[in-house]
Amino acid sequence: MNQLVHRLPKPFDNAPLEIVPHRVPWGLSGLAVFAFFAVPWLGSDYWLNAILIPFLVLSLAGLGLNLLTGYAGQTSVGAAGFMAVGAFATYGLLLRVPGLPLPVALIGGGLIAAAVGWVFGIPSARIKGFYLMVTTLAAQFFLEWVFTKFPWFYNNASSGTISAPRLELLGVDLSSPVGRYLLTLVTVALLTWVAVNLVRSQIGRNWMAIRDMDTAAAVIGIRVERDKRRAFAVSSFYLGIAGALWAFAYLGTASAGSFDINRSFQILFIIIIGGMGSIAGNFIGAAFISLLPIVLSYAGQALLGGSVDAGQIQNLQKMIFGTLIIWFLVKEPDGLVRLIASLREKLAVWPLRF
Amino acid sequence: MTGSSKLSILAAALMLSTFGSTSLARAAPNEQFFPLATYRVGAYASSGIPVWAGMIDYLRYINEVEGGVNGVKFVWQECESEWTAEKGIECYERFKKGLDGAPVAIYHPNGAPAAYALSDKAAADRIPLITLGYGRTEATDGSVFPHNFPVMLTFYSEASVFINYVAQQEGGFDKLKGKKIATVYHDSAYGRETQGPLDLLAKKYGFENIQIPVADPGNEQSAQWRQVRQAKPDWVFLRTWGVSTPVAIKTAARFGFPANRIVGDIWASSNEDVLPAGDAGKGYLALTPYPGGAEFEIHKRIKQHILDKGKSDLKDPKSFGSVYYNSGLINAAIAVEAIRAGQKKFGNRPLTGDEGRWGLENLNVDDARLKQIGFHGLMQPLKLSCNDHEGGGAAKVQQWDGAKWNLVTDWVHADRKTLRPLIDAKSAAYAKEKGITPRDCSKES
Amino acid sequence: MIFFLETLIGGLLAGTMYSLVAIGFVLIFKASGVFNFAQGAMLLFSALTFVSLQEHGIPFLQSLLLTVVVIVIGAVAIERAVLRPLMNRSQITLFMATLGLSFILEGLAQGLMGAEVRALDLGIEDTPLMLGEVMVSQFDLVAASTAAVLVTVLALLFNKTHIGISLRAVADDTRAALSIGINLNRIWQIVWAVAGCAGLVAGLLWGARQGVQFSLSLVVLKALPVLIIGGFTSIGGAIVGGLIVGAAENLAEVYVGPSIGGGITPWFAYFLALVFLHVRPAGLFGERAIERV
Repeated sequence: MNQLVHRLPKPFDNAPLEIVPHRVPWGLSGLAVFAFFAVPWLGSDYWLNAILIPFLVLSLAGLGLNLLTGYAGQTSVGAAGFMAVGAFATYGLLLRVPGLPLPVALIGGGLIAAAVGWVFGIPSARIKGFYLMVTTLAAQFFLEWVFTKFPWFYNNASSGTISAPRLELLGVDLSSPVGRYLLTLVTVALLTWVAVNLVRSQIGRNWMAIRDMDTAAAVIGIRVERDKRRAFAVSSFYLGIAGALWAFAYLGTASAGSFDINRSFQILFIIIIGGMGSIAGNFIGAAFISLLPIVLSYAGQALLGGSVDAGQIQNLQKMIFGTLIIWFLVKEPDGLVRLIASLREKLAVWPLRF
Repeated sequence: MTGSSKLSILAAALMLSTFGSTSLARAAPNEQFFPLATYRVGAYASSGIPVWAGMIDYLRYINEVEGGVNGVKFVWQECESEWTAEKGIECYERFKKGLDGAPVAIYHPNGAPAAYALSDKAAADRIPLITLGYGRTEATDGSVFPHNFPVMLTFYSEASVFINYVAQQEGGFDKLKGKKIATVYHDSAYGRETQGPLDLLAKKYGFENIQIPVADPGNEQSAQWRQVRQAKPDWVFLRTWGVSTPVAIKTAARFGFPANRIVGDIWASSNEDVLPAGDAGKGYLALTPYPGGAEFEIHKRIKQHILDKGKSDLKDPKSFGSVYYNSGLINAAIAVEAIRAGQKKFGNRPLTGDEGRWGLENLNVDDARLKQIGFHGLMQPLKLSCNDHEGGGAAKVQQWDGAKWNLVTDWVHADRKTLRPLIDAKSAAYAKEKGITPRDCSKES
Repeated sequence: MIFFLETLIGGLLAGTMYSLVAIGFVLIFKASGVFNFAQGAMLLFSALTFVSLQEHGIPFLQSLLLTVVVIVIGAVAIERAVLRPLMNRSQITLFMATLGLSFILEGLAQGLMGAEVRALDLGIEDTPLMLGEVMVSQFDLVAASTAAVLVTVLALLFNKTHIGISLRAVADDTRAALSIGINLNRIWQIVWAVAGCAGLVAGLLWGARQGVQFSLSLVVLKALPVLIIGGFTSIGGAIVGGLIVGAAENLAEVYVGPSIGGGITPWFAYFLALVFLHVRPAGLFGERAIERV
């Protein structure tokens, strides 16, 4: 017995203590410092309200969907439905539970969305691929219907909308653009950190195994059905919080119509353009999707404004948007995040390829 | 993907980074900015395009023929809102500071989602919003909603106008007893808004109130009209929007329900709504605060000075005088008159949002004024106050003859007194939810 | 009882309108594995082209022919610019590409032909017809027979012509089809053109009912549950699925709807599809995928 142990190569003495070498992420820290301290000083109302807040919320929503689609391999086009659950649940909690602090309400909204997501994840046990995708459409339409049909969800308002309750944290008013920006930023940063760790944990690795081939995953002992449902729940948790932020930190007022099928497609675009199965990809994809129409609109105004009919400019923008999407899909199937990585590799050896 | 479009994106990105407002239209200091959050693409573009043409034509007419409002000319810029909340917010944020020094006095959100989303933001920025024929009904109460102006005809008034018209046709309110009145509505906040007032009126007059929802987008309605056929109502109030209107009219014909017993509401009253229905639309009735027709005085002026000189924004001259074109004219005229009212107090210069709001709350366009500006018959007299942000509350009923709308009534007035308690209750509930202390309207001047 | 019968028949007939849309999906999915979300935009584009041609005073038949020519050109262009570069990519990538394609088509259609609503009169009487005591819509009858004709034509195309047989070969086993020298690109072009023509038929019928306008492109959302129930790969399935969805939707709205608030059509069909999927995960007529580890 003793001999046997000695014949084996020494396993632990020279193995690295950390599997992934730990480096201080200077770039990321710099970005965080910039986002937390410089942006609130520099950013105008327009930048905060119309660009940065929606960008951050969409990134979070993309992250939520990416956990489900990019990591666990379950395509969903019902993302906006779960966002609606989060928004309406958070609203209901703040309205009906007096004195509930904002973070608790947000997490509560997320948990309720997670429960709903779990339920809609049940069919994933039997249904796969495009068939599953269309069943998530059922969730989308059903949830939209629920939140227009039953006035209890929006406190019987005749407009059918829910509007932001007072955004307060420990007595500090967060309803200014900077306050809403910081609220969003902190939430997104925290949840991103959680997600990064989640996908490196056991469950994240299970998901990737399922994504790559669920039959094979089942063969090696992963409880496929349970983990798929968990993916739906976790993804919906993220989407729910993103929905609450979309409604209260960004729009101010929301109705079921704010979470329609087009929003679901938009989020799907984000993860596909950004990169499936990548955390950073969500941010890049969200930046692309939310900035491109604005850039195109300014470009249209500046280059063609006045000389060409305004409607034609809009149609042209739409076509350019579609063309760009196809072009990216053709050029880089793994998303912008891969494009940037390969650009970096090329730059590393530029100009001398040696 | 061509090289040139890549270049344009690059150029735009550069512009975004240098920033400021990147407009080419240079505004002089003595100009009033008129922001246009439009929608020219997407599902609702067909109804939007004539509206923008009406607005732009009227502004152009004011600028070029009347030399502006007391010498203050308008400058305008468009921004595509796609009838969505988030693009609407982007446009609003882009425009709210004005354009090169020309301030914003009044903002048109143009679209229900944007109107709701901007309500709080505009209150914080002190910019008044005009929402003609949409938006929160309870904003009629200006003490709680100082910056929202659902002028002329809210959905509550619309329901009342409809019932009053039916009573007219049946020969008195006492004849309503025992009648069956069905509402076929677009299943959304907009569609459900009239349930409250119709309930109240049904109790008051004793008619049977049947509500039948049509789910968005409403391109298949045989189930709904089968229900209508089974219920055999005396009148149908059609509260649809977009494609659901022509489909409703066609499906009604398929089930043999007569078109002249259907009354469309403000969003089911345009040429675009009935044209696709073809022959099925003959005899169809609709109520509207901005009736169709190109024979009004203002049309003669615009035709002479704008349209015939090729300066109109209309691509299709057939739309001149269409319902939506006229709505654009009226929307612009209300803003122009409000600015005129504001200038009386603040001097003949461009106004800020606060001053524009004052102008709106002190707006009084009576018949004599309507005749002067050429809107007599097209627009109802409008008097707004702190307590009453709606003002009018009347609509005309028009009938489609297969080619154009013909007016069949004069202004039918809503019974606003009966409905006001409903509105006050709603606005009080809103004030409580948001912690707003209503201002004291007796102290406003 | 008569009311029930009327609802049922009306629903079945309305269902064929969904089937018409679904057939285009099935054709493309079978031959190229693409879940073509742009089918709605194709519907809009082809119907708009037809109406615009008619507005220019071109007679019915010529307009129809010209539209078909446009569709064929479009199909070739799509195959060249979108499908060929994306060959062998994952299905989801192709799906996203068709979403991008729908943006282009919508922009192009409205840019070239305007966004206003057009009336389309096919000369079909749309008055109620009494069969005994049951009222039936004439228009629906015409639509149903059109669907029948379309399916017959497609069946002949697939079973009797050379192209059809090679098409089936591609659908069965793409690699084997390639190895015996079938030109895959050509097949795809043909399939997209045929699907475009099916879309034209659907677009004209739907357009006659609701006016030719942007909302035509939303009809696809109605067709998806039909596909689920019938299976992505079966044209017969699309017909049966359409009938089931149409009948169930109408019956549910009339009998179940009032008790839970009504307006349930947008999601009811999807729920029905979910129920079907639990029993048959690949639809009624879909092919079951066999997985190897």
